Amino acid sequence: MKFDVVIGLEVHAQVNTKTKIFCGCSTEFGADANTQTCPVCLGLPGVLPVLNEKVLEKSVLAGLAMNCDINRYSKFDRKNYFYPDLPKAYQISQFDKPICIGGYIRVGNGENEKKIRLNRIHMEEDAGKSIHSDDPAVAKSFVDFNRTGVPLMEIVSEPDMSSASEVYEYLTNLKQTLKYINVSDCNMEEGSLRCDVNISLKPEGSEKLGDKVEIKNMNSFKAVKAAIEYEISRQTEMLEDGEKIVQETRLWNPDKNRTYSMRSKEEAHDYRYFPDPDLPPVICSEEYISNLRNSLPELPEAKKNRFTAEYGLSDYDAGVLTSVRQLAGYFEEVIKLGINPKKCSNWITSELLGKIEDAEKIDSFSVRPASLAKLLKLIDDDTISGKIAKTVFAEMIETSQEADDIVEKKGLRQVTDTAEIEKIIDDIIAANPQPAEDFKNGNDKAIGFLVGQAMKLSQGKANPQIVNRIITDKLR
Amino acid sequence: MLYSKSVIELSKMLEEKRISSVEIAESYISRIEKYNKEINAYITFNPEQLLKDAAESDQRRSSGKTKSSFDGIPVAVKDNISTAGIRTTCGSKILENFIPPYNAAVYQKLCDNGFLLLGKTNMDEFAMGSTNESSFFGPVKNPHDFSCVPGGSSGGSAAAVSAMMAPAALGSDTGGSIRQPASFCGVVGMKPTYGKVSRFGLVAYASSLDQIGPITSTVDDAAAMLEIISGKDGRDSTSMHSENDFSPAELDGNIKGMKLGVSEEYFRGADEETASIIRKTIDKLKNLGAEIVEISMKMNDYAIPVYYLIATAEASSNLGRYDGIKYGYHSPAAGKLSDLYKLTRNEGFGNEVKRRIMLGTFALSSGYYDAYYVKALKCRTLIVEDFKNAFKNVDAIISPVSPVPAFKAGEKINDPLQMYLLDILTISANLAAIPGISVPAGKTGSGLPVGIQIMGNHFEEKKILNIAKAVEAVSEKISVDF
Repeated sequence: MKFDVVIGLEVHAQVNTKTKIFCGCSTEFGADANTQTCPVCLGLPGVLPVLNEKVLEKSVLAGLAMNCDINRYSKFDRKNYFYPDLPKAYQISQFDKPICIGGYIRVGNGENEKKIRLNRIHMEEDAGKSIHSDDPAVAKSFVDFNRTGVPLMEIVSEPDMSSASEVYEYLTNLKQTLKYINVSDCNMEEGSLRCDVNISLKPEGSEKLGDKVEIKNMNSFKAVKAAIEYEISRQTEMLEDGEKIVQETRLWNPDKNRTYSMRSKEEAHDYRYFPDPDLPPVICSEEYISNLRNSLPELPEAKKNRFTAEYGLSDYDAGVLTSVRQLAGYFEEVIKLGINPKKCSNWITSELLGKIEDAEKIDSFSVRPASLAKLLKLIDDDTISGKIAKTVFAEMIETSQEADDIVEKKGLRQVTDTAEIEKIIDDIIAANPQPAEDFKNGNDKAIGFLVGQAMKLSQGKANPQIVNRIITDKLR
Repeated sequence: MLYSKSVIELSKMLEEKRISSVEIAESYISRIEKYNKEINAYITFNPEQLLKDAAESDQRRSSGKTKSSFDGIPVAVKDNISTAGIRTTCGSKILENFIPPYNAAVYQKLCDNGFLLLGKTNMDEFAMGSTNESSFFGPVKNPHDFSCVPGGSSGGSAAAVSAMMAPAALGSDTGGSIRQPASFCGVVGMKPTYGKVSRFGLVAYASSLDQIGPITSTVDDAAAMLEIISGKDGRDSTSMHSENDFSPAELDGNIKGMKLGVSEEYFRGADEETASIIRKTIDKLKNLGAEIVEISMKMNDYAIPVYYLIATAEASSNLGRYDGIKYGYHSPAAGKLSDLYKLTRNEGFGNEVKRRIMLGTFALSSGYYDAYYVKALKCRTLIVEDFKNAFKNVDAIISPVSPVPAFKAGEKINDPLQMYLLDILTISANLAAIPGISVPAGKTGSGLPVGIQIMGNHFEEKKILNIAKAVEAVSEKISVDF
């Protein structure tokens, strides 16, 4: 029997504001436990929340970037439950009037293109972190409240995805967009992006949804993919054996490469949501929304399309260059200085990207766009060969010197003086009579060896086109 | 005697250097030491600290560095208002030893103006109650009759001012908790418009209804205190800016031509003596030139169920934080987490608080939410409309504060429903977010004070203070006989 896979995602992205959502505490990652707290985020008796307007702004930007409708009237609600890391015993979240509704993220290309619909984006505060002692002699649990009140946006998709790779692409595009508009750092290891997967299987073509399982605890997109693949095969086997899927939450174990049931009590939670009386409703004016809309940068998809249309780049190259906003910006700065876009693109994708760890940090890369432009011009006007340029580039990264200085100092200028090259070629032909004879007799391949020898003798400085031409002239 | 003076009188005497702050403090300390054992108005009282603070204030005054004309006057603060370094118990075992690290906005304003903390006053546990009998620290007695309740929940604040153990006190009012004890104890109590005074640092009972206000011996004092504690606060998103146009110098008690609404619905259920005192006072206001307008407040019948659904729903959430994890009472018997919650809350909260948490939890539970909580919200809107319409035709609404005067301690504590019904005249002001004031209007045959309530439109504190001043002028002065 064949099954359709139905997957929906809940993504929690930390909004990258400097301070928490309802107080002035820092959101910086990695501080000592409980050093970034105050009476408000600790939920002491008598404190009140005040909304950080930056969180609202960034959530609206996210909604606009993902084609959502922005609710003109939105409000905060309390989600009540007891847990030691939740100091107020309620989480301030949004229930029936989230800031954004609808929207979509596109996955796939051409005929396979598909819109993954969003259900909503809402704002909420994060809880603290429970730390359980491993030492049986201590047998205690601790709570770190630094994360308490850190702003999150929860992005909830419709159950529109049907494979692990589709989910992977959805997450990649989502992350790219959030980073483009600078609303989240999306760092899964630091917990600034978390993803819960809802997955169910149903007989192929059936209208009725199967019982769903929620999977948590994946700390990378690859883990999300692996967990989904595991879960699809687990559920398929169960259904084929006539077993019933239990609606439950399962945790991904990355060491064992499988999911485990959380074995929580099978009671349904009643969170008793109700409007938070401490926070007035959020009213977004048309002007507020249109100002934010106008402030949106060009988004990845549009940029990619423009790069192919305007610069004639391949879909793949345009995709690589626009995958990171800073990288695309770097590229455009170089070509603004008169560099051929395709050549620039080739250089960046095949040379530059291998030299840097993180394309997002390209703004602090030692070779600035103007310097790269100079280097590429040197190739263009035959001052150096592409091969020499690689050495020069390595030197530029190392020493931050300009390309022409390095070429001058090291005497790397390409030899275009035909007399000089002719002399070299005469020596080569004399020293290698057999290949010369072969080429003369029509074996085209033989020229490769001769050119190589000439380049070697000139220490790479001879212009390969000229070498080629002279050899041909001499032997044919 | 200094302890019998009003805040404004004390301020004048201090300004004229006729008395010192230490003298005022000593006067109240001896008064409190004499009577508080019986009345039990204070939970926390620290005479050594008070004398030290008073000496510092005198020092400021002699070096010309007073913080305001009130510098050196001690006032009492209800024990649900956060005071840094000074325990804030909310009248509950669960916060018996809780010492907050921060000041409530109102307390900070008092400090900034040089007021001294006289003590933290007793109250119904978490402000839930109308008799001050639900306090973990024991009941408060009515200074006019020790066998009677002082009202609640700000019973300690009202009793302290009434017994001249404080020139003024801060209380909080969620459903009448300032006005009703003020009425029972024969003092002035004012609940400002919701949003007029910052709630930052007021331990929440029902967030959409709670409001801090003054309890004083005169209307002028109430105006002066309100002027100091009010104002928009960036830490309270529900606070609002409004004009403070009611300083005592601007109040003349002139009510000529004012339209005062009187609704028969508000007299239903009132005992004869109370009704008669209020009607007589209304006649006096008419003689002063006010126009009495018959109005009908039809929605008032729903006020009690609406209030007890909304207030308890909010309370059930607000009080979730007392779980034994971070501060406050922690059951020593608890082993695992779920026991810690159950035992801590079971041992730490009193019966009335538990009752309201359960009511509110029920009202918010899935399957009941629409039938109770949502319906209550809709009905609240109708009550708001009722007042909106009334204020189209009248400047203020006059009524009794409570259908009955102070009653015997222990009489109603075991009949919660009977007790809830006594809130009928005060809770709608909280639901409608409007200001209300209770002013002494007379005494019953057995010598118990009866207050009259004046309710005004949003931010029309000046109007109701002026009417209150007129009432004060035509009513007999009520004070304890000790």
